[in-house]
Amino acid sequence: MRHDVWIPPVHRDLTGGEERVQIEAVTIGEVVTALEQRFPGIAARLTHEGQLRPGIAVAVNGVVTPRGLRQRLDHASEIHFVPAMAGG
Amino acid sequence: MTTTTTSYKVIGSRPLRPDGVDKVTGRAIYGADVRLPGMLYGKVLRSPHAHARIVSIDASAALTLRGVRAVITAQDLPAIGDKIADLGESVVNLRYASNNILAHDKVLYHGHAVAAVAADNVHIAEEALALIKVEYEVLPHVLDGKQAMSANAPILLDDLRTNELGKLGNAPTNVAEHIRHQRGDLDKGFAEADVIVERTFHTATVHQGYIEPQNATALWNEDDQVFVWCSTQGAFSVQEQLAELLQIPISRITVTPTEIGGGFGGKINVYLDPLAALLSRKAGHRPVKMTMTRAEVLTSTGPTSGSHIRVKMGARRDGTITAAQAELIYEAGAYPGSPVGAGCGVIFANYRLENLQIDGYDVVVNRPKASAYRAPGGTNAAFASETVVDELAEKLGIDPIEFRLRNAVREGDRRPDGPEYKRIGLIETLEAARSHPHYTAPLTGKHRGRGVAAGYWGNWGGKSSATATVNSDGTVNLIEGSTDIGGSRASIAMQLAETLGLPYEDIRPQVVGTASVGYNDVTGGSRTTFGTGWAVYEVGKKILAEMRQRAAEYWDVPVESVQVADGVFAHNGDQMSFRELAGKLDTPVTASASVHPQNYGPGFGVHIVDVEVDVETGKVEILRYTAAQDVGKAIHPSYVEGQLQGGAAQGIGWALNEEYVYDDKGRLVNASLLDYRMPTALDLPMIDTVLVEAPNPGHPYGVRGVGEVPIVPPAAAVANAIYRAAGVRMTELPMSPARIVAALATQSTNAA
Repeated sequence: MRHDVWIPPVHRDLTGGEERVQIEAVTIGEVVTALEQRFPGIAARLTHEGQLRPGIAVAVNGVVTPRGLRQRLDHASEIHFVPAMAGG
Repeated sequence: MTTTTTSYKVIGSRPLRPDGVDKVTGRAIYGADVRLPGMLYGKVLRSPHAHARIVSIDASAALTLRGVRAVITAQDLPAIGDKIADLGESVVNLRYASNNILAHDKVLYHGHAVAAVAADNVHIAEEALALIKVEYEVLPHVLDGKQAMSANAPILLDDLRTNELGKLGNAPTNVAEHIRHQRGDLDKGFAEADVIVERTFHTATVHQGYIEPQNATALWNEDDQVFVWCSTQGAFSVQEQLAELLQIPISRITVTPTEIGGGFGGKINVYLDPLAALLSRKAGHRPVKMTMTRAEVLTSTGPTSGSHIRVKMGARRDGTITAAQAELIYEAGAYPGSPVGAGCGVIFANYRLENLQIDGYDVVVNRPKASAYRAPGGTNAAFASETVVDELAEKLGIDPIEFRLRNAVREGDRRPDGPEYKRIGLIETLEAARSHPHYTAPLTGKHRGRGVAAGYWGNWGGKSSATATVNSDGTVNLIEGSTDIGGSRASIAMQLAETLGLPYEDIRPQVVGTASVGYNDVTGGSRTTFGTGWAVYEVGKKILAEMRQRAAEYWDVPVESVQVADGVFAHNGDQMSFRELAGKLDTPVTASASVHPQNYGPGFGVHIVDVEVDVETGKVEILRYTAAQDVGKAIHPSYVEGQLQGGAAQGIGWALNEEYVYDDKGRLVNASLLDYRMPTALDLPMIDTVLVEAPNPGHPYGVRGVGEVPIVPPAAAVANAIYRAAGVRMTELPMSPARIVAALATQSTNAA
């Protein structure tokens, strides 16, 4: 299943400026693995010790998932890595 | 005024709050009311300097004072290495969090805690503070975010490196984080514009201004169990923070929340709780109570960030925005963690934009560490962008609401950070504001003007748990763990009543502590009526299913043949009310649920304000104010209206009066509510509200968070009104009399 993955602007130095790429994957973890194969170095920026880095959230079809890398992708999805935010 | 489409039996009504009588009669127990046998009293010694190295601390004289039972410094805190922890609503480096509780090697702001004392009474504790000798090496300080980014600025944290979504810098800096949202072609977008407006803005550091100061009472007993009673937005967050800061298991900590006298985000981080616990242990396991003075609240608890913001936007003659660019510099205070990320999310959230770039910087400065404050970062951002939007509309000769409507986001449009919006209600809210009588009412008289502004907040879901028990008389006891700040006992009980088909009065809600209910995230992010509402909906469904089973057993029929509606169970002509069935239960019925819902959905508000400017003194009077908001479904409309009114009132404080004022040594000089000027009832008119109900499809009753959106638009709305009243575009908050007079004088000079 192919997903539309948006590259965070601060990491486009690794993608030659590409804003979005198509990735075949079943989980967010696999998305990161596939990104790393194409753009070496990006996994270390997005993840640490097998998890998304603190302060980074992943939105699947507009909804931030608490499952992080373990989130399954059952349908073709749009994926964004975004700064995590808090309210008051 | 409310516009609604769906009818319920309980939801949408306006019953009395269950905690109201205790609060108005003075019986409600707040943190300051806690008394325990053998209790000691704690006080904190605080830094007189904005930035200094601690050379030595000598507490020997204090310890000899009769009645002093313990003194602690940072040496009494466990050594904590760099560890990033998720503490409720935000992630923090625990080493920094520990340093903020008690300064380790350096003090980083005026009021930074250095040592704490427990004594037989407050007076002895205060006397002891004066006997503690601290030798400081004073260092240069920096209070301003923009100055802190300069090459020659003093560095606050030697190990700090800039984080760009996981990409780390390699040089010492005061810039903790850089965020960027970018899409499209900015140059092309500006080239297509017929009008471009670019302005820079500055907003002051402001405090949440809750009436009840921070307090905590702690007992660390001989068994190494820690008990805490405190005023907090989240008992479980206090428990987690104490476990991390004191390095003890969560299971050994019991937190009992007292009633809360306001929080607005400022009662999430702990300040006194770990000190009281450590003092209790050191003082021979006696309970220790600590309460802050108002001055301590202002100098030493988290305000929200001051900021520098630059906004550039372009639009075609037809009113279409073609490009938008912003740079946001937010002052985090002494340690990283300003709400600049949220500011970047808010600043252009109202508009469909093909070409945009937003850069946000989280910058440490010698001020108290910023903490959450109602829509953190949103008011700053909207002040800048909504002022520029207003000016674009003016230059194009388009009505300001019409201009916003032409560019307003709707379902399927992209947020600034990329994802698409689902069902949202900005269009409906703009239309509701435009059709409100206020918008077209005559406004006559000199130096009077009307302004509008829109605002966005993303809201939050969070984790919630609840338990309900059916009593033998058919009433239901509801146990929840979400701090009730704005009437949530009522709004949660109403959702359970609606689900069960019972009257509201049959549900008795109680907010309990960490030992008595499943995990709950903090009351923050406008999440409680949404998230804990989800939990009690699930609880209600479980109870109905169990009661239906009991009815089937009573009638000795298959459960599928029992119908349930409006609190009545029926089978083949027989029927029993919930109450009758409850009286026949031979085994109790209790149900619990824990949820972590994600489809919280953002909210939008549009505010209209009329002002009169005294051009001689610069004083601004608010003549009329109307707040319209997409509220999803208003469970208890009175409390939703109250949220809109409260948010608007606080936002007017940002707009006109509130700011931290420092002297040239970096000391806060207005640490009292006499000098830190918040609005009172005498400063405000009745704030009218319009509840636009565009139900959230991600909640069984359509709930959206409502508490934070209404503080986002006011500063910009007031600024736009001042422009129409006096002809000056204000770009600095607060728009105090002195700044208005200065702006008018500059205008006169330029005109001459």
